[in-house]
Amino acid sequence: MFKEQIKTFKRYRFLLRELVKKGIKLKYRRSYLGILWTLLEPLLTTCVLTLVFGHFFGKNDKTFPVYILTGRLLYTFFSGATKAAMKSIRAHAGMIKKVYVPKYIYPLSSVLFNFIIFMISLIVLVGAAVVFKVYPTVWVFTGIVPLFMLFMLTLGAGMILSTMSVFFRDLEYLWDVALMLIMYTCAIFYKTETMEKTGSAWVFRLNPLYAIIRCFRDAVYGRNMFTEGYWFWMPMAVSIVSVIVGVALFKKNQDKFILHI
Amino acid sequence: MSKYAIEVNNVGMKFNLSQEKVDSLKEYVIKLVTGKLRYNEFWALKNIDFKVEKGDRVGILGLNGAGKSTLLKVIAGVFKPTEGEVKRSGRLVPLLELGAGFDPQYTGAENIYLYSAVLGYPKSFVDEKFDDIVRFAELEKFIDVPIKNYSSGMKSRLGFSIATQVEPDILILDEVLSVGDAKFRKKSEKKIMSMFKTNVTVLFVSHSLDQVKRLCNKAILLEHGELTAAGDIDEVAAIYEERTK
Repeated sequence: MFKEQIKTFKRYRFLLRELVKKGIKLKYRRSYLGILWTLLEPLLTTCVLTLVFGHFFGKNDKTFPVYILTGRLLYTFFSGATKAAMKSIRAHAGMIKKVYVPKYIYPLSSVLFNFIIFMISLIVLVGAAVVFKVYPTVWVFTGIVPLFMLFMLTLGAGMILSTMSVFFRDLEYLWDVALMLIMYTCAIFYKTETMEKTGSAWVFRLNPLYAIIRCFRDAVYGRNMFTEGYWFWMPMAVSIVSVIVGVALFKKNQDKFILHI
Repeated sequence: MSKYAIEVNNVGMKFNLSQEKVDSLKEYVIKLVTGKLRYNEFWALKNIDFKVEKGDRVGILGLNGAGKSTLLKVIAGVFKPTEGEVKRSGRLVPLLELGAGFDPQYTGAENIYLYSAVLGYPKSFVDEKFDDIVRFAELEKFIDVPIKNYSSGMKSRLGFSIATQVEPDILILDEVLSVGDAKFRKKSEKKIMSMFKTNVTVLFVSHSLDQVKRLCNKAILLEHGELTAAGDIDEVAAIYEERTK
């Protein structure tokens, strides 16, 4: 059973690569700075966020821009990739109606091309860490774990959203609202200590994306992310479950897509 | 290997035609609660059963709405049949609505790679055939221009060229021989004819009975989603002519 699937995947590997390439190419086509924007954009927004919020939340922290950047880069990937995956089926309706292609290729390629752009943009983080003197320790290597969880979580969410949005177009607008909620509970530009004082810290415990960002920050700042089990195992479990649910939901409904696009 | 290129076993295709299209969550919930979520069932194809031998060229005849295009899409794997199954052996290239899968922002050259990938060809194969594709489409001067600036004739020429430069085992043609101007039409018919010599299996839909008679050796007739005749082209064409009088 799996042998057949691997064979089809191999046959369409070239298509997957072409679609990933297309996503990256078209994102920056006709802009003068092109791919440089992957670096400039987070840099500029971090400057703005530091200017605005650094005053309130980061007074005693000289490395506050690095703190903001870690949160922002991970969140931007999550929001960009899930949105792209959600629209991917309808965006390729022309192809889907015409030739048979394994349909998971479309959301998968959307998540992959955003992930590549995200990996490139991590260069900015390296630069910022040097400038603000956040020097790495061995713990920096554990950063790969939250990145893996982030990829899985995004892929799972992308598969679920792409399936549902074929049947219900309003999801695109609803997801924008949900993303806003997720952003504000990710502690991107403030420290959680201020929230903990007000007793609302429980919202962070419900947000797997925040937990991933927290793990990643631990790695960047040279701390051990495994000391508090909950912050590590919760996002790991949610990521794996989201991929399983996403694949199952997608597989169950993919033959009906054609009747709705 | 079986001697049949395509086996269509008792295929049925059912569509749920909702009276109004429900595609928002609000509408769906309201209709579900008020019990108005009703569908009209509609069988576009019913009990279709036939086999195509390798090297056969089969014309599919029928009036508008008889289910010809649905049948082609089921065979191409785009639709999954509600019942029954389709077996194919070999590489299948559908020539349906040429150029509908192009990305308008991409240039002609980039679209050649993209479209070939969609058809399931490896990169090395496209590298090799690239010049032939461009030459046959007569687009040497425009190959680095984004497709959105192409005329519709240029787009179809490129689509036809990509789909036929590659060597399919099964070719599905849906009204595609009306591509481009008279000159290109002649050229494309010649190209199709030359492909026939390579023992390719062809499924062909056209409303021009003359063209079907010229190109095919067998035919099937569809009426309201059911198969009413199958056999040699002359027999089936005679029945079809009888029906259309």
